[in-house]
Amino acid sequence: MQGLKKMNIFAAEAKQKSVPNEETNPSHVDARLDIRHHGDVTDYQTIGSPFVDDAKMSARNVDVFYAEKQAIIDVSLDIGRNEVLAMIGPSGCGKSTFLRSLNRMNDIIPICKVSGQITLDNVNIYENDQDTVLLRARVGMVFQKPNPFPKSIYENVAYGPRIHGLAHTKAEMDEIVEHSLIRAGLFDEVKDQLDKPGTGLSGGQQQRLCIARAIAVSPEVILMDEPCSALDPIASAKIEELIDELKEKFTIAMVTHSMQQAARVSQRTAYFHLGKLIEVGDTKDIFTIPRHQLTENYITGRFG
Amino acid sequence: MNNMNKESNYKTTAAIQASLKKRHAAERRFQWYGRSAVLTGFIFLCILMVDIVGKGSPAFTQHFIKVDVIFDRETLGIHASATPADIAQADYSAAIKSSLRTMFPDVSTRVGKKSLYRLISVGAQYSLRDMVVENPALIGTTREIWLLAHSEAGSYLKNQVSKDSPESERKIKDIQIKWLETLREEGRTESRFNRSFFTSGDSREPEMAGIKAALYGSFYTLLVTFLLAFPIGVMAAVYLEEFAPRNRLTDLIEININNLAAVPSIVFGLLGLAVFINFFELPRSAPLVGGIVLALITLPTIIITSRAAIGAVSPSIYQAAMGVGASKLQTVVHHVLPVAMPGILTGSIIGMAQALGETAPLLMIGMVAFIMDVPSGVTDPATVLPVQIFLWADSPERGFTEKTSAAIMVLMGFLIIMNALAVFLRKRFELK
Ligand SMILES: Nc1ncnc2c1ncn2[C@@H]1O[C@H](COP(=O)(O)OP(=O)(O)OP(=O)(O)O)[C@@H](O)[C@H]1O
Ligand SMILES: [Mg+2]
Repeated sequence: MQGLKKMNIFAAEAKQKSVPNEETNPSHVDARLDIRHHGDVTDYQTIGSPFVDDAKMSARNVDVFYAEKQAIIDVSLDIGRNEVLAMIGPSGCGKSTFLRSLNRMNDIIPICKVSGQITLDNVNIYENDQDTVLLRARVGMVFQKPNPFPKSIYENVAYGPRIHGLAHTKAEMDEIVEHSLIRAGLFDEVKDQLDKPGTGLSGGQQQRLCIARAIAVSPEVILMDEPCSALDPIASAKIEELIDELKEKFTIAMVTHSMQQAARVSQRTAYFHLGKLIEVGDTKDIFTIPRHQLTENYITGRFG
Repeated sequence: MNNMNKESNYKTTAAIQASLKKRHAAERRFQWYGRSAVLTGFIFLCILMVDIVGKGSPAFTQHFIKVDVIFDRETLGIHASATPADIAQADYSAAIKSSLRTMFPDVSTRVGKKSLYRLISVGAQYSLRDMVVENPALIGTTREIWLLAHSEAGSYLKNQVSKDSPESERKIKDIQIKWLETLREEGRTESRFNRSFFTSGDSREPEMAGIKAALYGSFYTLLVTFLLAFPIGVMAAVYLEEFAPRNRLTDLIEININNLAAVPSIVFGLLGLAVFINFFELPRSAPLVGGIVLALITLPTIIITSRAAIGAVSPSIYQAAMGVGASKLQTVVHHVLPVAMPGILTGSIIGMAQALGETAPLLMIGMVAFIMDVPSGVTDPATVLPVQIFLWADSPERGFTEKTSAAIMVLMGFLIIMNALAVFLRKRFELK
């Protein structure tokens, strides 16, 4: 198990390249795409390059429903190994929903149904024999709203490693906790109050605590849902630094409302609109030469 | 455009100001309703407490009378060659009687003597016996000894009986009052803390009756109740709330649990009698059966409150735990239960308090028997505090009236301790 994980992390030495999608003519796409009729699934196509060579995770034709309401419509998207994928889009377009379906967190919402295929290292995570415990340990998550456990700061970070048996001695555990807090940029602020409740921290500190908690189990993929929405620019910069560092070892998918942040930390960017994946591509291309009108509207601030 | 905005702003302000007075008045009125509701409840509580404490507090003292006891061999019936067993069986009552006669030599009639003997509790002979058994050297001597007063005499000494009321309306006779006054003047009466109220079981004589047996009975019964109802109730709640699929069957179970909470408790008593005593042949009058029956009564309360407490746990805690890869069971045990624990404990304590005060079902399973001995386990015959209160309240002797109130005070003390425990545990869980 442990060995397998190491292999996964280090096997992908080769840098992946994005493959251009056959659909390259934006003017044609524009004509066909009417986002107001998003119930009609077949008449839209993501433009740009949703697929990569060496994908860590890939989604194919994913639909997500909340009861009758469809929140994600036929999304196909790859997340490359050791890359940071940014997801942007107007509020309510389904970014969080899509992110949650990547580690089956949607399972705990009873009305939520996911169809299509999502693979992690080429294994379908929605296959019946897939254990969500292992999946969520491999694909960690930082939620949109900070949600520390109502326990001590130490316990918040130590919980994951403890239940997965990652530390065998108290010293090892202390090491993991300290290291995770340092990487999340929180250690200096809390090192004297590790036994204080995590819920007593400020919103931004709580968010960094949640980041520390997620990285403490060293997942292979980290899903971050607006990790910096509650942070000041300095703390955000620290988190961005962390993300930059983490991508050496991990694969990261993050949702953000800050275009600057997406531009700074991500390699690829995906633009969602009303449940549809409109455009994906290299970050610099998306922000400099967006091909879809909706993308352009959004990033230039005319829409969203 | 700008002007229009300004105008409408003024309008809004004016409209709000017009309604402000009314809104504030409504709020003040509501606060007063609330305050008067709280005050009414508080007044009733105070009346109840003052009444009970006023009636019950005399029970915590009892009067003793100093008697020059003559340990005469002949009256006691102890021969020179008596064994310790003989000494234990000697006639100490006769010794008390003859000592009293010596102290009041002018009493000659049979009725007069009988009244005289009734100054001292019939239990006094046993304390004399214990004294002599421990120290046989007393035999043949005369000692000043404080003997427990009879409950009627004690009642007079506590000034609960008015001398001026007609003799026929009180149990204590004029002649007895005269003797008691003499004793009081001679400094031969004394009020002491009533230790035996806490150290002895029930008795036919009010001055000797205590609540120890009932306390132990209640303790054992509640122990059985808690050990059964708490784990079963919490586990049922966890399963129903977290793991059970939502379908017809679980809906049916839920409705039935809610219905059970409303079933009169005496029905559970009948069930206990039919099932546990008649069918399974468990011992009658025992805390074991009482505890099982009370567990059945408290289970619905515990399940319903625990489910509510578990259901109120924020979904973000589930997300947080499952997000780091905790299994469902780990999520529930490590995170949900600790957060829900204060609510679960509150529900359980309410259930246990309900069980502590329950009388009717216990009458059905025979816990109403007259029991003097302190039970030493869950299968010994026992009674419980509320049943003891019921029994004493039913007794005609005035000495039992104050015992009833005193037992109610003890029962309430128990409740306060249980609630304090709940608060303490809640604090502990919230700290973690
Ligand atoms: N638990 C839920 N139950 C029902 N509908 C939901 C639920 N969660 C999300 N939705 C719906 O799914 C759609 C997408 O929601 P989602 O939270 O994924 O948006 P988002 O892109 O993350 O928005 P934001 O940027 O505001 O976080 C919304 O229309 C929302 O109403
Ligand atoms: Mg969101």
